[in-house]
Amino acid sequence: MAKVLVVTSGKGGVGKTTSTAALGAALAQMGEKVVVIDFDVGLRNLDLVMGAERRVVFDLINVVQGVAKLQQALIRDKRLDNLWLLPASQTRDKDALTDEGVRNVIADLRTKFDWILCDSPAGIERGATLAMRYADAAVIVTNPEVSSVRDSDRIIGMLDSKTVRAEKGERVEKHVLITRYDSARATRGEMLSIEDILEILATPLLGIIPESQDVLRASNVGSPVTLNNADSMPARAYIDAARRLAGESVTMVVPVERKSLINRLLRRRAA
Amino acid sequence: MMNLLRLLGGRTGSAPVARERLQILLAHERGLRGQPDLLGLLRAEILAVVSRHVKLDPEKVIVRMDRGENVSTLEVDIEVPNGSERSIAAAAI
Repeated sequence: MAKVLVVTSGKGGVGKTTSTAALGAALAQMGEKVVVIDFDVGLRNLDLVMGAERRVVFDLINVVQGVAKLQQALIRDKRLDNLWLLPASQTRDKDALTDEGVRNVIADLRTKFDWILCDSPAGIERGATLAMRYADAAVIVTNPEVSSVRDSDRIIGMLDSKTVRAEKGERVEKHVLITRYDSARATRGEMLSIEDILEILATPLLGIIPESQDVLRASNVGSPVTLNNADSMPARAYIDAARRLAGESVTMVVPVERKSLINRLLRRRAA
Repeated sequence: MMNLLRLLGGRTGSAPVARERLQILLAHERGLRGQPDLLGLLRAEILAVVSRHVKLDPEKVIVRMDRGENVSTLEVDIEVPNGSERSIAAAAI
C-alpha cells in the first residue's frame, strides 16, 4: 500500500530538500517505486538537487489545474528507473495550490507508487500545510540549534491537528531526522545533544546526518547524496534512515568524524 | 552543578543553557496552541472600554507581556491626548 510521507521542518535551510532527495533515492535503491514532489511553489529546488532542472516541462500546478496530465509532468530519474520527480512551478505562487487539487494528485499517485515523498516549503503557510495535509507519516528535519527545535515543535503541533489523519482522530507517524550534526561540537557541549532534542520534541529518532562536505558536493552535481557517494557518512546515515522508514530495525549510529592527527594540526593552523 | 562542572572540566558549552531556554519557552507555547491571541484580545477590549469615555488614537494603546518563570507582568500603556477632559465633559452631556 502506498505511503505518503511529508518532509517538513518549519524553519528554512535545515535540509528538507536534500533529505527528500536522499531518502527518496535510498528507498528507490531498495527497490521501492518512489515519487518525490516539490511543494515549494515559486521557489522550487528539488529539481536542481535531483539533477533534473533541464527536463522540467509541466509541474504540480499544471496538474492541479488540469492543464497537464500527471504522466506528462512526472520526470523519471536518469539513474534509477523507479524514482520519479513531480516538480513545483517556478512562475506561480503558493496560492495556486488548492486543497482539492492536491488531494486529487495524491490520490492518483497512491495508485501508482509505493512511496510519495512531499518536500514541504519552509514556514507554516499554505504550501507547508498542503504538503502535510494528506500525509500518513512525517519526517521532521531538525538542526541541533534552538530556533530549529522550536520550529520543529510547532510543526509537530500542526501535524497533530491540521492533517486529514489528525482530523479523523488517527495519528500521523512522526520521525525526527537530525541533520548537520557535528559530533565534536556536541561532545564539547557547544551544540544541543541528540538526547536534549529528543527529550524536548518527544518524538522518535529516524537518523542522525552528520555535517559533511559530501552533502554540498552532491547538490553541486545534482545528485542525491545516497547516489553520488553511497559510502560517505551522510549517505550511509540516509540509507539507514530509509530502511527504518521501511520498517527495518537498524541500529542507530552516532556519526563521529575521525580526524587524523595531521588533519587536526592543519585545522588548528588554519584557524 | 553547572559551576561544579565548570570547575572540573575547565569549560562547559552553551548547550545546557539552550536546552533550558527551549524547555521553558516550549512549555509556554504549547499551552497557547489553539488559544485565541490573548494580547490582541486584551488590547481590543481595553481600547473599546477606554474609548467609551476618552477619545483615543488606537495606535497609542500598547499592551506588553513579560513572562517570568513564576509571575508574568502585563503592561498597558495608553496615551491620552491633552484636552481629552473636554471630550469627557462633552460625552457626559
